[in-house]
Amino acid sequence: MIISVASGKGGTGKTLVATSLALSLKGGERVQLLDCDVEEPNAHVLLKPLITHSEAVCIPTPKVDEQKCSYCGKCAEVCAYHAIAVFPKNVLVFPQLCHGCGACSYLCPEKAISEEMRGIGVTESGYADGIEFAHGKLSIGEPMPTPVIRKVKELANHDSTVIIDVSPGTSCPVVESIKDSRFCLLVTEPTPFGLSDLVLAVETVRELKIPCGVVLNRAGVGDDKVEEYCRKENIPILLTIPLDMEIARLYSRGVTLVEGMPQWKESFLSLFERIQEMASERSRSLKR
Amino acid sequence: MKEVVVLSGKGGTGKTSIVGSFAALAKGVVLADCDVDAADLHLILQPVVQQGQEFWSGRVAAIDESKCTQCGLCQELCRFKAIRDFKVDYITCEGCGFCSHICPAEAITMKDNLSGHWFISDTRYGPLVHARLGIAQENSGKLVAVVRQQAKAIAEKRKLDYIISDGPPGIGCPVISSLSGANLALLITEPTLSGIHDLERVLGVCHHFGIPALACINKYDINEHNTRQIEQYCLSQGVEVAARIPFDSAVTEAMVAGLPVVEYSRNGVSHQIEVLWELVSKSLAK
Repeated sequence: MIISVASGKGGTGKTLVATSLALSLKGGERVQLLDCDVEEPNAHVLLKPLITHSEAVCIPTPKVDEQKCSYCGKCAEVCAYHAIAVFPKNVLVFPQLCHGCGACSYLCPEKAISEEMRGIGVTESGYADGIEFAHGKLSIGEPMPTPVIRKVKELANHDSTVIIDVSPGTSCPVVESIKDSRFCLLVTEPTPFGLSDLVLAVETVRELKIPCGVVLNRAGVGDDKVEEYCRKENIPILLTIPLDMEIARLYSRGVTLVEGMPQWKESFLSLFERIQEMASERSRSLKR
Repeated sequence: MKEVVVLSGKGGTGKTSIVGSFAALAKGVVLADCDVDAADLHLILQPVVQQGQEFWSGRVAAIDESKCTQCGLCQELCRFKAIRDFKVDYITCEGCGFCSHICPAEAITMKDNLSGHWFISDTRYGPLVHARLGIAQENSGKLVAVVRQQAKAIAEKRKLDYIISDGPPGIGCPVISSLSGANLALLITEPTLSGIHDLERVLGVCHHFGIPALACINKYDINEHNTRQIEQYCLSQGVEVAARIPFDSAVTEAMVAGLPVVEYSRNGVSHQIEVLWELVSKSLAK
């Protein structure tokens, strides 16, 4: 089962929840944590994994053989991303704009375009304190996180309970990370920003038809509009974590919540039980 | 006219609260909310929308079932695995159009895609350009570029001195799009190990694109040991730490009240943000 932990707004506590959920489950289940926030991965800061394997993430980009090229301009015409420009005696490729779709090389009438693999990031995997771990890192200056996210997700061990730490936002990297999840936990805080971004996150998971529940972090600050919204939309609040300077300090030192305050393990185990119930309820209702 | 973009790498470090306060402090300013997939600046600035526009960007493949012979070539060639059982998964489709070019039955066309909206609004502090990317849409970088172009056009037309952009978290396409060609990046960080890690990466992006940067440590008193580490790191990178802002519940209270924190309270936080804006505007004047 894949459970993703997303939020809309950044800094609400996704990584705190994902890492503590994973650590609480070990011993009982096989568990794997995938950090799909490849722009700013942080789970490793808390879990301090031993990395045993790493692999470059590459995407194919066109390479033009100007001996064969007739400068007909077909490649530039079919490229939806304007990643290739043809001049009377010259062809320019803009690798950062290329999505690696392969249209130019396939459609070149002179067969003048081959593809070479260009590195845009890396995936690393290993173990941390009894759980399997993998994450991806987008290289500095590269714009496209989704190919790196896809590679991290290919490392998912389907015999394990897989927990995915997702990047903030609601656009393509988030969609790429959470699709195929059986359940999505949405971590938010009881503030106007938290609510506004939660609403967007809920719309996103509903678009993808993934059941969701909320973790309310830093409860006690702000107002009660998140709770009101969840009641109205019939979204369960599965876990509430209070605003507590001790929790903030633990996190600042890179200590997971269940490690620093072991009393929280019980809460994460009941959170997992609720998730399992809700996910199987959804599967049953889909079969009907 | 000078443009500063506020970034952080890590989300939730306080970018929007600080930009909201800058709006109240700066004279002659256009605000740009470049966090188009989770925009929040409007919650502080209470804009009145003057103009709204659709943002059409990217395309999605559509298969005409009456023409499709189910030969399967499109499924075989699509590298994004966006076609299954002769149907296009519009969420996975990256709009490359490869399938439309190779379909022997000419059954595939590319349809334009409404991927969001952008707005020009009035606020008490000056014009705001903001946007809303559609749910599960791509091309956030292009929408950011539109927001910045509009902000620039307004600043030129009305002869305003500053563009202040509230940037998105991360380091990928919308961040690069927010940053390219700006005069200054203000990096808001927090004294957590994650905050430090993410600061290093976003500063790497600033260096990569040759944009000068200033740093600000928010909630510095949560872990003063880490705060000192950030200061040392910034020193080693030649980045000035322009302010250290203490943790204060007034920031959240101001957000609930829908006000910039500098208008909500006159405590240490507000004072530090004033000092920060002074240094930022001085830096922009250089």
